[in-house]
Amino acid sequence: MNGWCGKILKIDLSSGRTEAKRPEREIYARWIGGRGLAGYYLRDKVTRSWDHPEMPLLFFTGPLVGATSPTSGRMTIMSRSPLTGTAGDASVGGSLGTALKKAGWDGLIITGRAKTLCGIEIADDQVTLVDAAALAGAGTSGAYTRLKEKGAVALAGPAAEAGVRFADIVVDGHYAAGRAGLGLHFAARNLKYLTVRGSGKIRIASPEALKKAKEDVRRLMAASPVLLGELGLGQYGTAALYDLLDARRMMPTDNFRRTRFDAARRMNAHAFRQRYAPRRTGCRGCSILCKKITADGRSLPEFETLSHFSALVGNTNLETVMEANRLCNDLGMDTISAAATLACHEEIQGRPLEPSEILSLLMDIGAGRGIGQALGQGAAVYARACGRPETAMTVKNLELPGYDPRGAYGMALAYATSTRGGCHLRAYPISHEILRKPVATDRFTFSGKARIIKGAEDLFAVVDSLTACKFVFFAASLEEYARIYTAVTGVESSADDLLTAGERIDYSERIMNDRNGFRGTDDDLPARFFESPGTGDGHLEIPPLDRNEFLKARAAYRRIRGLNEEGRPTREKAAELAIDWDGCREG
Amino acid sequence: MERLIRKYVDKLVRSGLAEAGVPLMGARDAELIWNRDDKNQAILEEIFAGLHISTLLFAPPAEPYRTLVDFLARTSPGTIHPQDTETRTFLHELPVVTSLAPAEIIRALKNRKCAIVPGRGIITYGTVSPEQAFVTFSSACFACFVKFFADYLRDVRNGSANPEQKAVFQQVVDYLGSPARLDFSLTHGPFRDEATVLSAMEEAGKATVDCRLVDSYFGNISCLFKDILYISQTGSSLDELRGCIDPVPMDGSSCVGITASSELSAHRAIVTAGTHRTVLHGHPKFSVILSLACNEKNCVLRGQCHLRCPRQRQAAGVPIVSGEVGTGPYGLCHTVPPALAEHRGAIVYGHGVFTVGKTDFNDAFASLLDIENACRKEYFASL
Repeated sequence: MNGWCGKILKIDLSSGRTEAKRPEREIYARWIGGRGLAGYYLRDKVTRSWDHPEMPLLFFTGPLVGATSPTSGRMTIMSRSPLTGTAGDASVGGSLGTALKKAGWDGLIITGRAKTLCGIEIADDQVTLVDAAALAGAGTSGAYTRLKEKGAVALAGPAAEAGVRFADIVVDGHYAAGRAGLGLHFAARNLKYLTVRGSGKIRIASPEALKKAKEDVRRLMAASPVLLGELGLGQYGTAALYDLLDARRMMPTDNFRRTRFDAARRMNAHAFRQRYAPRRTGCRGCSILCKKITADGRSLPEFETLSHFSALVGNTNLETVMEANRLCNDLGMDTISAAATLACHEEIQGRPLEPSEILSLLMDIGAGRGIGQALGQGAAVYARACGRPETAMTVKNLELPGYDPRGAYGMALAYATSTRGGCHLRAYPISHEILRKPVATDRFTFSGKARIIKGAEDLFAVVDSLTACKFVFFAASLEEYARIYTAVTGVESSADDLLTAGERIDYSERIMNDRNGFRGTDDDLPARFFESPGTGDGHLEIPPLDRNEFLKARAAYRRIRGLNEEGRPTREKAAELAIDWDGCREG
Repeated sequence: MERLIRKYVDKLVRSGLAEAGVPLMGARDAELIWNRDDKNQAILEEIFAGLHISTLLFAPPAEPYRTLVDFLARTSPGTIHPQDTETRTFLHELPVVTSLAPAEIIRALKNRKCAIVPGRGIITYGTVSPEQAFVTFSSACFACFVKFFADYLRDVRNGSANPEQKAVFQQVVDYLGSPARLDFSLTHGPFRDEATVLSAMEEAGKATVDCRLVDSYFGNISCLFKDILYISQTGSSLDELRGCIDPVPMDGSSCVGITASSELSAHRAIVTAGTHRTVLHGHPKFSVILSLACNEKNCVLRGQCHLRCPRQRQAAGVPIVSGEVGTGPYGLCHTVPPALAEHRGAIVYGHGVFTVGKTDFNDAFASLLDIENACRKEYFASL
C-alpha cells in the first residue's frame, strides 16, 4: 500500500497478547485514517461503559503522516469519553504519529487491563509490555525524561491515577491530547506509558505529484498572515489570538460573565515573549512551529490556556499562567477543563481566586485531594453537586474554550452541534468569523451558518483523519490536500470526494452518541448566553444570543446534516453515507 | 443570504466583470435561493446537488473578458495555465469544459475553484460565502486578461502571432476604455488624527478600485500615524475598508494585527525606512503584463522568475522585482522595500504594483495610476 502501512496493532493488556490486523483496502478508502478509522473501530463497542475492559483505546495515524506532507505529523487518540460519555477524541502533535507509522502501524487498539501498572514499548514489529511500578504517581515531565530515549512517548500523569475526569495524555513532554479525559483510560488499563520507535519509510505513490502539491501548500502558507506573518502563529504560537479576541470583545472573562479582560494588554503573547524569550519548535514535519518552549523547558501557554488561566479566572499574573500550564501538563490534565472548572468554583464561592490558590487547587485536583476530588469531576458534575448547575459553562459536559459565542454566532452553533461537546475545533468558525479565512463572514448573524458549520465539521473530520493540522487550513484548502492525498496514496480523489468521507465520519459519531442516549436537546448552550449580554464598549454592543434565531439555525443544521426533527440520526441517511446502521463491522 | 447574493451580483456588474441582469447566483443554507429565474437554473441545481457547496455563480463575463476568455478556452483545450500570482497562488489553473453538462462541470469543480464553458461563461462556487464565487470569477477574468495580452506580446515579438490571435486582439482592444484618471485630489496630509487616517485610507482604496487598478479582494493599503501602522485587513476589498483596517503598533506590543494584510511585513519595512508614511498596492493589469514580458533567451532561471531574477528589469521607469506573496524565503517583503528606497513604485513580477507617499495618498495614488498608464502605453508601443 502507498501512504498507509496496511496493518493495525491490537494489544490486549489483560492477556498480554498482540495481534496484527490487516483491514481491507476499502476500509481505508472509506474511513481514511486518524479520527475516521479510530471511530470505525470504536463504533461497535461504544455503548459499553468507558472503563469496560473491552472498550478500546485507539491511537490512529493517517495516510499523510510520515509522508513529508506539510503539517501532517499529528494523530488521533480516541475512545468513549469519561468526561462527556460521547465518542471522545483528541488530535495530538509531537512525534508519536510519525513514529507509529515508521514502525509499520496505521493504528493501535488497546483493550483489557494489566494486572499491575505497565508500559507498552513498540519498536517496529516488537511489542513489549514492561512493568511500570516505578513510575506510579510520576509526573509526565519526570517520566518523559526517563523514557524519551525509547522514542516517541505518550504518558498519563498523576491526575489519571487520581480519577480526574479531564485527565489527558501528554506526548513527548509538551503535546497534550487534551480534551475528553482520555488520560483516564490509561489508569483504567493500568497503563502508564506508551513508547514507539520506528525505522521504516512510508511508500509514496507519486513523489513528483507530491512535490508539486506540497509547493502549492507552501506558497499558500507563506501568503498567510495568520500562520507565518510577523504577528502570526509561527512567531507567537496560538497565543497570538489573545489580543484579537479581546479586541473583538469575545474573551471569556470571569466564567463567561464578561467578554473583555481589562488586563489583556499586560497578559498578551508579546508580554510572554518579552519575559520568557522562548524558542520555536513544533510537531514533526511542520514548518509553522507554533510551539514555544522557554529556556527552563516549560511550554508557553496555548491561546485557550492563556485565556482561561488569565481572563476566565481573573488572574493578572504571567508566572501564575506559566505555572498553571506547567502543573496541568505535569499532572496530566486538560488546561481548558481545569481552568473552566476553577472558574465555575470561583463563581460559586463568590470571591476571586488568588494566584496561589489557583496553583494549590490544581495540585489538589491532580492528587485527588480535598476539594480537588470534587473539582476533578469537571465543571458540570461539580456545579450540579453544589446546586448551581447554571455556573457550569459546558456543552455535553465538556467545558467551553476561549471564544465567547455571543461574539461569533457560528461558534455558538458549532459548540452546540459538536459531537464531542463544547469544542472549538470541530468546525472552527473563528477562521471566517474572526480571522477572515477563506473569506470574512458576518459574526453577528446565524444566516448561512448552518451549512457553513456542517461543511466545516465535514472538512475537519477529513483533516483529523488524513491527519493534518487544522491551522494550515487558514491558508490552504482541501483542494490542495486532496492532491497530496492522491499523490501519497495513489487513490484518485478530489476535495469533494474527501468531504463525503468527512460527512460519513461525522455522522458515524452522531450515531454513536445517539446509541449512548444523546438527543437533539443536548445540542444546546448554557442559558447564560441567551440571557446576559457580553461586554460592549459603547460603539459595539454584545447582546445575548437570540434564542429563537439559535433554534432556527439549529433546525436548519439538522435538515442539512440529515438528522430528523429531533436531531437524531436516521437509518436512511446512514445508508446514503454507506454506514452500517446496526453497527457491525466488517473486516 | 439574499443580501449577500444581491451584493456580489451588483459588484460583478459594477466592476465591469458581467453585464447587468446576466449573472445567475444561487445560495443555500437550508433552502436554495436564486437571484433571478433562468432557463439554466435546473442544470445548476443538479450541479449544486453534486457538490458540497453553498453558492454557485454562472455568468458570461462582460467584454473584453468574454472574447479573450473564449479565445483562451478554444486554444487551450482542457486547462488554461495563466502565470500571474493570483492564479499561481490561489486558483492554480483554469479548467475548460466542453459544455454545460452537469457531470462534466461537477468533475471540474470537484478539483478546482472554477470552470470555463466556452461560449457560455464562467462557473464558480463558494463553500462559506457568495464572496468566494465573486473573488474566483474576478480572478479568472484578471488571469485570462493578463495571459492573453502577455502571450500576444510574446508572440508578436517572436513573429508567431497567428491571424486568429491578431483578430481577437483587435477586437478586445476596441473594448478597452480610455486610460484611467482621477479628477479630484485625495485628502491632503499630514493627517491630524486617527479618524482622518481611516477615512483617507477608505477614500484612496475606493479610488483604486474605481480606477480599476485592483480586482476583487486583492491589493492593500497602509498609513503610519503616531507609531501605529494602519493597514487593511487580509482579504478586505479596497472599496469596502470601513471596519477592515487594523492598527498595528510599530513596537510589536500587540498581535491584534494578526488579521492584517499578508504584506504587513513589506509595508512595515517600507515605512520604517523613514521617508514614506503611506503605501498603496494594486494589481493594475498592464503593469503585471509588462512584468511578464522578458526578452532574455536561455535564462537559467526560466520558470522561476517569480522567485528570483538575475537581471535588473524596469518598466515605466520603476523596477520589476521578484517575490511571492507574504513572508517566505522568496517573499516580496525582501525585494519591494529596498526597491522603494530609490523609486516611487515597484512592480512585482506577475503580481502588481507598490507605490509610496510622503504624507498622504495623493502621490502614492498618482504613482500607481501613472505607472499603469505608462505600462499600457509602453505595451502598445512595443507591439
